[in-house]
Amino acid sequence: MEQENLTDTQKPERSRPRWGRILAWAGLAALLFLLLLGLINAQKGQMKVGEKAPAFTLTTFDGRVINSEDLRGKVVVLNIWASWCKPCEQEAADLEAAWRYYEPDGSVVFLGVAWTDTDKKSFEYLDKFQITYPNGPDLGTKIYHAFRATGVPETYIIDRNGILTHVKISPFRSVEEIRQVVDAAMER
Amino acid sequence: MKFWRLLIFPAWMTLMWSSVALAQDAPPTPLPVTDDQVNALARDMYCPVCENTPLDVCPTKACAEWRELIRDKLADGWSEQQIRAYFVDRFGDRVLAEPPPRGLNWLIYIMPPLAFLAGAYILFRAFKSWTAPASEPVVKDADSEADKSDPYLDRLEEELRKP
Repeated sequence: MEQENLTDTQKPERSRPRWGRILAWAGLAALLFLLLLGLINAQKGQMKVGEKAPAFTLTTFDGRVINSEDLRGKVVVLNIWASWCKPCEQEAADLEAAWRYYEPDGSVVFLGVAWTDTDKKSFEYLDKFQITYPNGPDLGTKIYHAFRATGVPETYIIDRNGILTHVKISPFRSVEEIRQVVDAAMER
Repeated sequence: MKFWRLLIFPAWMTLMWSSVALAQDAPPTPLPVTDDQVNALARDMYCPVCENTPLDVCPTKACAEWRELIRDKLADGWSEQQIRAYFVDRFGDRVLAEPPPRGLNWLIYIMPPLAFLAGAYILFRAFKSWTAPASEPVVKDADSEADKSDPYLDRLEEELRKP
């Protein structure tokens, strides 16, 4: 009864739900954080020499699963290509020749990653250039993004400790050029 | 005559049976796939090579190969759902015009309605604050300072009342 006799201004003020505000601000902060992460990632640009090479898993066309962690102690030549890419064709034979040069030694691994390619066209490409080193599709384009690639062809030379020693953003011009950068990685 | 009828009937049956058997043994012919069928799927897909260009109109060689892949899969009897799933597994979520609602992709679906609701709430609060002073009851309090007589105001009112 006492409560009813009170005028509107005398009624006790109802406490506002603060949790709603807290939740809204937390959501906004989380969204800004995600945007910031995306921005930082976008600003990173291409991978640079001296950076640690990202971990990756390549499932080859013949079903072998190659994990980058298992390649420690070996120099890795990772070539990203596509069958529709004309510049890729310029270096395909040279990469195969370089692979055949290093293959007996066993301390260098060549890997080919077919980016946004169909199996049929990839096989035609591999047959055309008689490529024998392991090749596989870039499933989910994960390897391409892990290496922050910007197109094809791109080749990454990784030393025995998993550090990037050379980034080639165009086709190699000759076998000698490939051997030069691989030898440099082996000497480290 | 009856004798001939007796011979013809089993011969006809044998012929029919063998034709059925031949039809069963024949290899399945691939289904004819039209460009419209391919494009119906391709228009909702994007190739990472040429971003922002739907697959059905993209003129690059890479996209032409993808369209051929769709055609091959349709000819093999794959459903649209199966083909989309194959492309996502192979080339990632970004091939789809509408990313599947999982992980961070949920933000795309949640943020617009949330932003709309937040905007509506802010507007509601703003409108409420504009109308609140008029709707609030005026409570007269004899002891309030507002009602205390001010000699200046009293004189001013008195002057105004004068003809």
